[in-house]
Amino acid sequence: MWKTLGRTLISKPLPIDAPAPDEAQLAELSQRLDRAARLRVGRSLSIREVDAGSCNGCELEIHALNNPFYDLERFGLKFVASPRHADVLMVTGPVTQNMREALERTYAATPDPKWVVAVGDCAFDAGLFAGAYAVAGGVDAVIPVDLHIKGCPPSPVQLLQGLLALLERVA
Amino acid sequence: MADSLLSFFATAERRAQRPWPRYRLSLAHWQALVERLASAGWTLLGLWAETAEVHAALLDEAAREIAVASLACPDRRFPSLSAARPSAQRLERAAQDLFGLTAEGLSDARPWLDHGQWRRRPFGDGAAAARPASAYDFLPVLGESLHQIPVGPVHAGIIEPGHFRFHCSGETVVRLEERLGYVHKGTEALMVGKPPAQAARLAARRSGDATVAHSLAFARAVEAALEIEPPPRAVWLRALMAELERIANHIGDVGAICNDASFILMQAQCTVLRERVLRAAGQCFGHRLMMDRVAPGGLACELDEAGVLRLRELVAEIAQHWPELLRIYDNRPSLLDRMVTTGTVRPELVRRFGAGGHVGRASGRGLDARRLPGYPPYDGLDFEVPVLTDGDVHSRVLIRFREVTASLGLISQILERLPAGPIAAAVPARAGEGMALTESFRGDVLAWVRLDEAGRIARAHARDPSWFQWPLLEAAIEGNIVADFPLCNKSFNCSYSGHDL
Repeated sequence: MWKTLGRTLISKPLPIDAPAPDEAQLAELSQRLDRAARLRVGRSLSIREVDAGSCNGCELEIHALNNPFYDLERFGLKFVASPRHADVLMVTGPVTQNMREALERTYAATPDPKWVVAVGDCAFDAGLFAGAYAVAGGVDAVIPVDLHIKGCPPSPVQLLQGLLALLERVA
Repeated sequence: MADSLLSFFATAERRAQRPWPRYRLSLAHWQALVERLASAGWTLLGLWAETAEVHAALLDEAAREIAVASLACPDRRFPSLSAARPSAQRLERAAQDLFGLTAEGLSDARPWLDHGQWRRRPFGDGAAAARPASAYDFLPVLGESLHQIPVGPVHAGIIEPGHFRFHCSGETVVRLEERLGYVHKGTEALMVGKPPAQAARLAARRSGDATVAHSLAFARAVEAALEIEPPPRAVWLRALMAELERIANHIGDVGAICNDASFILMQAQCTVLRERVLRAAGQCFGHRLMMDRVAPGGLACELDEAGVLRLRELVAEIAQHWPELLRIYDNRPSLLDRMVTTGTVRPELVRRFGAGGHVGRASGRGLDARRLPGYPPYDGLDFEVPVLTDGDVHSRVLIRFREVTASLGLISQILERLPAGPIAAAVPARAGEGMALTESFRGDVLAWVRLDEAGRIARAHARDPSWFQWPLLEAAIEGNIVADFPLCNKSFNCSYSGHDL
């Protein structure tokens, strides 16, 4: 374990060195996100994730935001365990009829000021699930939405871009 | 002398379903089946309904036979299988919710997927009677000095929604009751009337983490119904994607389980490896989760030479780090103290429920759809299906470690032998009925489909492996402390969306 830990400590940080095509975009995005986060919310914005009916695809990519490549917390953006601790609700999925009440109550439990980010094509307008008897609609059919991040699922880079857009609005 | 599954059905009317037969039973024959199940070792593979018919898929492991038994229920009632196969219970509750059929003798007839919120009936027409979601009758608290802890549907982590109700005596969980159905989207009703290519997009979103396996099951069911074969290159590339998906999920799970025991180093290392798999998948197939890449008839994308090289590099990199991570895991007494003997599932329970994947294989049940019934190209490939018997969190972690190694071997073999040629066959528009079993990272996925004369979906159903694993989680946590629930839950990693339909 110490060998692995030691190697990790002396190796270059992953976001800069990883040889992937979206790396340049990510580096640029990281800088902008960092500046905006410092400026607007003093490096502290808490996000509560709510799955209101997704297939779990969006959750996987939201999870990826916490890996060392994207490392969301370096921007002061972090996921919290309760809506009572949150500034932002990040909602995925077409809102199912069975989750509608839970989403409404989560929104009510989030203190003001608060922002809602709807993540994924389903959260935008219920996507492929529009019109189903078990689906209430996109997120804004149930609670007001400040920002949509589209994609099926959106990649971690797209999610970072979306959060940047949010930070620019949160003034 | 015990006869095999097929000989038991020999006198029944055989329907044209491929590749395994479907029999329409008389009521007496169905009742005989219920009796027979009490003594026969046959595994229930799935149970689903239509407007006035119920189907049960069964596996006779010893004879390597699979068949579907159907019962017409014009009076909207059918004798329940749940007494002989407790794994049928939630499936029958779902059939009651979706089609209004009554399973006679069902030991627990409470609604399951229906929380009283639907405005209209799922299949057919008519308004549904709304009732408050809180009207669900949870199991009563039995015994003195117990308290309840309700958790969910909105959880503390970035995970799917479901409700867990713990009955506790101090720190110890006496009983866990699950309530699921929160992410029920009505996928199966939406598929009706769509051509297979469109319905495949819904199949790909039954459970996002197993999108390849679900797409593959759906595609293979459609291909069986239409009696078409995808080209060899598509068959091999599908397996390649399926193994990449398995690796990505298992690596993520190992990290997440260790994270729930507060061993962050493993989580960090695993998320890096997982990200490398997803990036490679994105570069090679144009989608990080490889969603919508497997389609009925073949594939929706090619893999070029650069992609083959990229995947060889990926395999080499993971193969280099993986044994080291296993060493780290296996040499930390403080970590193993949390894992070993925690959340134990007894082998006989796993057999009764027909649970597959890491849940089954950690408790002595080695069934793997890649071997039984088996499907190409796995029949020509060499791979280990690891089986352990302790049934604890530790065993489920070790199964994942060994399955990643096995899948790396499979990917190397596939890249070595990848045939050239087209990647898609034409999908004719005609009627047919087909079924398929594929092995997702969680276990065996069953897909069944009936196409009408115009080649559109008349009824499609998929049974995610989670159906038979969720009930065992209730058993696994019994007698453990509340604080170990996240560990147990993560070691199962059941799908909510795949289960909720």
